[in-house]
Amino acid sequence: MSLRQTPLYDMHLKYNGKMIDFGGWELPVQFEGLGIIKEHNMVRESAGLFDVSHMGEVFITGEKAEDFVQSLVTNDIKGMKDFQILYSPMCYPDGGVVDDLLIYRYNNQKYLLVINAGNTEKDYAWIKQNLIDGVNAVNVSSEYAQLAIQGPRAQEILQKICDTDLDSIKFFWFNPAVKISGVECIVSRTGYTGEDGFEIYVKADDAAFLWEEILQAGGDLVTPIGLGARDTLRFEAKLPLYGQEIDRDITPLEAGLGFFVKLNKDEEFIGKSALINQKQTGLNRKLVEFEMLDKGIPRSHYEVQKDGKVIGHVTTGMHSPTFKKPIGLALISTEFSETGTEIDIIIRNKPIKAIIGTGLFYKKQTKAK
Amino acid sequence: MNIPENLLYTDEHEWISVEGNTGRIGITDYAQHHLGDIVFVELPEVGDSFAMRDAVGVIESVKAVVSVYTPASGTILEVNEELEDSPELLNEAPYDNWIAVMELGDKSDLDKLMNAEAYAAFCQTLED
Repeated sequence: MSLRQTPLYDMHLKYNGKMIDFGGWELPVQFEGLGIIKEHNMVRESAGLFDVSHMGEVFITGEKAEDFVQSLVTNDIKGMKDFQILYSPMCYPDGGVVDDLLIYRYNNQKYLLVINAGNTEKDYAWIKQNLIDGVNAVNVSSEYAQLAIQGPRAQEILQKICDTDLDSIKFFWFNPAVKISGVECIVSRTGYTGEDGFEIYVKADDAAFLWEEILQAGGDLVTPIGLGARDTLRFEAKLPLYGQEIDRDITPLEAGLGFFVKLNKDEEFIGKSALINQKQTGLNRKLVEFEMLDKGIPRSHYEVQKDGKVIGHVTTGMHSPTFKKPIGLALISTEFSETGTEIDIIIRNKPIKAIIGTGLFYKKQTKAK
Repeated sequence: MNIPENLLYTDEHEWISVEGNTGRIGITDYAQHHLGDIVFVELPEVGDSFAMRDAVGVIESVKAVVSVYTPASGTILEVNEELEDSPELLNEAPYDNWIAVMELGDKSDLDKLMNAEAYAAFCQTLED
C-alpha cells in the first residue's frame, strides 16, 4: 500500500525532511541539519513550523448539532460561546476512548471537530453510526491542510503577514476568516507543544505557499519541525497521545483527564453510565509521572513492576530534551500510585529503579493570552 | 559521510581499529547520523567475553534503541565510561569516541570485515 502524502510533501523534500511512515502517512521525523533536540529547543525558545495536515477535520451541522455533539463527547459543550474551542475525549459505551478531539464552535448549529490522523476513518464511522436526525457530518480532512506555528515568538512572526490583530484570538478561541499573506484561513490559538502558538487550517492548494510565507516572515526565528520533536514537545507538556495515554481500553478517568469528563452534565453522553460507575467504585489504575533513579530510558509499553510483580506499563517515556533527563508516564495499579513510591521499569529484561513524582513535566513559560 | 581509511567496518555500522592483539570499537558516522541525537549508552562490563556479532552494548537516540555488535570475538579490556555521562559525544565525533577496547579472540574474524572502500560502497547501496 502506498503512503499518503500531505499537501506539504514537496516542502518536506525541499527542506530535507527525513521522511518516515507515520500511520500510513509519509511525513518528516526531523529535518537535516537540526535533529530532534535542536528542533525541540527552537520551539521552546523561539518558534517552529509544523505540518499537521494529516489531522482529520469533520464538520457537524444542522438544527440539532449542539445536542448531537453534546451526546458524543464527555466534556460539556453547552457553555461554549461562538468561536470558542473545547478539548474533549469521545468514548465508547464502556468508557474506553474512541479518540480525543478539539471542538470548534461556529454557532450552535455548526461545529468543526479536529481528530487524530490515525483515527479519522474510525471516528468518522463512529460519528455516522451515532448520528441523529437533523444533523449532518461531513469529513473534510482531505480538503484542508493544517499548519501549526508554535513557540514564544510565534505570534510576532505570524502577525507580520496577518491581517487580523492576533491579540484578539485568545487561548482556545479561533477566527474562521483570517487572511495570512492574502490567503483565507481558520486560525486558532491552540497547539500540542506546551507553548503559545497557532494552528492554521487552509485549503490544501494554498498550503505550500503559506508554509513558505511563514518561514520567510520568521527568518532565523523559525524552523520546520518534524514529528520527532512534536512528540517530545507534547510529552514534556504532559499532553496525552491516543494509543499511549488514552486508548480503546483506557478510560479518560484512568488517564487523569477527569477535568474533561463532565459526569454531572444534564444530557446523556456515550460512556456516561460506565464512567459514573468507574468513578463510584474507584479507579483500579492511574496515570502517574515518574523519573528514573538508576540509569535507563523508559519507553512506551515497557512493563512496570513493584517487588517483582507487574503493576502496569509505561505509556510514554523518553529522554526529555528540556530537562535533560529521562521522564515517563505510566498507567499503574492505584495502590502503588502514591508520590514517592519506588517502582521498577523493566528495560531489556532488567528492573531499573524509578520513583513516582509530581510536577516533573513542563509548564508553559509565556502567559496564555 | 566520514569513513576513515585505517579502520575495518561491519554491515551493522560498527568500526574496529586493530593494534596487535587488541581492537578498539565504536560506531560509524553513518550510524550516528541515522540514529539522530544519542541520549543513552549502555556499555559492556570489563572481562565479559563475546563472540563475533554478539550484542555488547545498547545505544538509544531520542527515537530509537539499537544494539551495538562486536566486529570480532574477544574479551572486554576497557570501556569508555565518559559516554555514560556524555552520550552525545558519539554524534559529535564517532571515530574519536570509542565504546570499548577488547582483546581479540580470533583474529581471522577480521577477514570478514569491510575496508573503508567496501564500506563506503555498502553505505551507498543503502542510500539508493
